[in-house]
Amino acid sequence: MTVAIDLPRARLPGAGSAGRFLANYLPATLLLVALVGFWEAWVQVRNTPSYVLPAPSLVWEAFLRTRGTLPGHTLTTLNESLLGLGIGALAGVALASLMTSVAIVRRVLYPLMIVSQTIPMIVLAPLLTIWFGFGIEPKVVVVLLVTFFPVLVSTTEALLGADRNLIALLQSMGATRLQTLRYVLLPSALPGFFAGLRIAAAYAVTGAVIAELMGAQSGLGLYITRSNSAFRTDQVFVGIVLVALLSLALFAAVHIINRLATPWAFAGKGDNS
Amino acid sequence: MEPAIEVENLAHAYPGKPPVQAVMDVNMVAAEGEFVSLVGSSGCGKSTLLKVLAGLIRPTSGHASVDGQDATQSIGVAAYMPQGGVLLPWLRALANATLGATIAGVGRKEATSHARELFERFGLGGFESAWPSELSGGMQQRVALLRTFLTPRSTILLDEPFGALDAITRREMHAWLQDVWANERRTVLFVTHDVEEALTLSDRVYVMSKRPGTLVAEFRSPFPRPRGREIQTSPEFATLKGQLLDALEAASS
Ligand SMILES: Nc1ncnc2c1ncn2[C@@H]1O[C@H](COP(=O)(O)OP(=O)(O)O)[C@@H](O)[C@H]1O
Ligand SMILES: [Mg+2]
Repeated sequence: MTVAIDLPRARLPGAGSAGRFLANYLPATLLLVALVGFWEAWVQVRNTPSYVLPAPSLVWEAFLRTRGTLPGHTLTTLNESLLGLGIGALAGVALASLMTSVAIVRRVLYPLMIVSQTIPMIVLAPLLTIWFGFGIEPKVVVVLLVTFFPVLVSTTEALLGADRNLIALLQSMGATRLQTLRYVLLPSALPGFFAGLRIAAAYAVTGAVIAELMGAQSGLGLYITRSNSAFRTDQVFVGIVLVALLSLALFAAVHIINRLATPWAFAGKGDNS
Repeated sequence: MEPAIEVENLAHAYPGKPPVQAVMDVNMVAAEGEFVSLVGSSGCGKSTLLKVLAGLIRPTSGHASVDGQDATQSIGVAAYMPQGGVLLPWLRALANATLGATIAGVGRKEATSHARELFERFGLGGFESAWPSELSGGMQQRVALLRTFLTPRSTILLDEPFGALDAITRREMHAWLQDVWANERRTVLFVTHDVEEALTLSDRVYVMSKRPGTLVAEFRSPFPRPRGREIQTSPEFATLKGQLLDALEAASS
């Protein structure tokens, strides 16, 4: 038998995930709690008018007060974000595949893509409202436009960066193009794709909300503008917190899918995340 | 009978400014079922020659054939183990080991059960479902060697397959390799810079000069098989090893 000289790299023991979770997020959570406490105290002591800066306790009250309409708004925004992100990611991947397999497409399109990103969304959003109306379509288009680019860039880089040694290995086995795609190009592009998708997920909700600010029938952006024009600053904060939570949820969902889809990239790094 | 590997006046220069003349005037043969080694200092062009035979590099001039097929026109004729092994990070050890067989059209079940048996023998038992990143360098190399042998080709090209192995594991692998070779009699072209390893395993050993690499000497290893550790302590072995080392030294300076 082969002996122990050639030991495998140690697998880290999968410590209790709850414990790890605490260890990872406890400091940040403590800081957040401290900041909220400080905020509450500051507003109470300074007697700041609530339309300028509402105390966290007032924000919580505003949340309870408007609780009935919030699920509808949140769902609308979530819907727009997911649709836009889904279509944006698909478009990003499709374009990345095209640009990496046909050089001329890359030379023509890549510069245009980069230029397209210099157009501020805040300028584009009202135009889209004129073109697509007040329904969810212009919001989905905004989300699509902000999400496809990070996916496109990171997927393109990942495809171009595929290990040439692996491609050569498959070729030496007499693999077909399809087999090379399946065994090398696709898997090696996945981590890059997910890196882009994570960034896109973080942008998606913000994109939807900005589009909603320009006019909408429902959504957290609408809730925020309405509250703002009624000087309900406490409700504006409720909106902000919900937008943040929604973004976080999307980000976390992408991370979980990433882990499931590319288990090798997380191997030997413990169980935390 | 036509030789399994035949190389005539082969030269290859990597493009660049100036071009790198890696190998030049290479002439060699390996008969069907013969075990041939290629020794040379690092950077002399051994891997380049193997890549040409694997069909991965089209040489600038000359002729190379493997099992009657023109290696400059076809790919996938021989089973090839690149230097460093090279595993797919996203396939578990067992799937990596069966990759060559799967691509060559061997049924997944058949390939897998064959690989499972060999995992034990290779000291890889229990690591069938490990990711490559969880294996030590030596284990990765053994998985790659397994993959190469499970690829159904009659000629096998091995580029420093035991480079990352410790002395004991290396000896185990030598025993295994001789066993398999005795049973299957596939043609093997084996690249190494370990002279002892070359003499222990091979029928013949070629010595390659420093870059541009060309074959400057050829030795026959006459020891009866199966060869164990004992041949390495025999006086004949010591003499031959000395001559081989001299030739290698002369060729490398
Ligand atoms: N892709 C490449 N491009 C340019 N030069 C290369 C390339 N691959 C190898 N070489 C050069 O060719 C020479 C021979 O390389 P190689 O065949 O890998 O040597 P060995 O395997 O004997 O160590 C070296 O000088 C190396 O730097
Ligand atoms: Mg080499």
